[in-house]
Amino acid sequence: MKNNEAAENEGLLVRRIKNGTVIDHIDGGEALNVVKILGITGTTQEALSIATNVPSGNMGKKDIVKLTNRELSKEEVDRIALISPRATINIIRNFKVFEKKGVEIPTLIEGLVRCPNPGCISNTHEPIRSKFRVRPEGIHCIYCDWVISRDITSHII
Amino acid sequence: MHHIISIGDFDRDGIDRLLDHAGQIQKKKYDAHALDGRILAVLFFEPSTRTRLSFQSAMARLGGTSLSVGSVEACSMAKGETLADTVRVVSGYADAIVIRHPKEGAARLAAEFSTVPVINAGDGAGQHPSQTFLDLYTIRQSMPLDGLDIALIGDLRYGRTAHSLASALSLYNARLHTICPKGLELPATLAAQLAAKGTEIIEHDNLEEIIPDMDVLYVTRIQRERFPDSASYFNVASSYRITPELLAGAKKRLIVLHPLPRVDEIDPRVDALPHARYFEQSRNGVPVRMAMLMQVMQ
Repeated sequence: MKNNEAAENEGLLVRRIKNGTVIDHIDGGEALNVVKILGITGTTQEALSIATNVPSGNMGKKDIVKLTNRELSKEEVDRIALISPRATINIIRNFKVFEKKGVEIPTLIEGLVRCPNPGCISNTHEPIRSKFRVRPEGIHCIYCDWVISRDITSHII
Repeated sequence: MHHIISIGDFDRDGIDRLLDHAGQIQKKKYDAHALDGRILAVLFFEPSTRTRLSFQSAMARLGGTSLSVGSVEACSMAKGETLADTVRVVSGYADAIVIRHPKEGAARLAAEFSTVPVINAGDGAGQHPSQTFLDLYTIRQSMPLDGLDIALIGDLRYGRTAHSLASALSLYNARLHTICPKGLELPATLAAQLAAKGTEIIEHDNLEEIIPDMDVLYVTRIQRERFPDSASYFNVASSYRITPELLAGAKKRLIVLHPLPRVDEIDPRVDALPHARYFEQSRNGVPVRMAMLMQVMQ
């Protein structure tokens, strides 16, 4: 019953979508960053709904992003995992949840984050993508050993 | 394929094995034809005397030959070629590549594109594993590597030899004592990595006070270009200068190391003291690099 109420309340904020993806349980305040890392800009044609700081039993506050007519690639899901590891991805087809999955932080992040070290070879015109290994203390550039331990969002390409 | 890119890729056993092998080589227990017919490409995009010559000497002593680019200006990088392309091409000419490059991570990149083993001979402010092996080798000639009190002195921010050595010594439960001018401290990320491994790092202001407790002084060059003018450089540099007077209260077993070239950091009068090991350290570059070449090419 509670879930239905929540769903109804949520429905007031963001409409159900016929086909597309609902990214739920985004950490409160991170929805705009999720939109940014998905490359969604003012010129994007498809409908986009964002709800921020929605009350959540488990999380306190959460954000939700609904994208119509778009399913996410693994790389996009990896990007979301970096900034919101509790997020869930719901693929919607014909108004029904076709697939629901959590995000998983990969052990190696390739091409998603720019190394903040200006002396790093990955910041040159070499034909490589940045590579970071995920470690408990943060993400670790495999080229120059730089560790990003906070505010990873600001380094996402 | 076996590359040598970072000391961090080695565990303690791996380091000990290479140092043992270098010890055998120094006792002339090696095959002087071990690398007969093999070619080493020496790709140096930064100036070097000791590292370049000792790699070439090491290769020659094992029966091999080496190719090198005369200068950065004379090579295809000056025409805008990527390092990746240069390495792909050069790996077709040689059986191994030794690379020095101003960008951090360049050797790791080279290893991705090379079809032959790559040895890192220094990448920017990053790693310099062959120097670390010879530093460790020189220390081990005088004392066991375990539980040392080592003072890292000078430019600890940009001094890649100090970074590599600090990482390696963290495997041997060393206590690292740092003494450096303001602004030239160990990079925060490296200090955090060392601390995470349980390495004790103690910062000091006064060199004289800590000398009696040290086993090793690892002195690095403070580069003049890091300072706004000559006066401020000399002011700072003089406060880190190693002199016979400073070493008067040192332990008998204390050794002074320096990756060289030195400028003002060590008084030439120190050369005659039994503590001075920097020229021996430099000579050790040959057997250590012979061991490295054999490791990657055999």
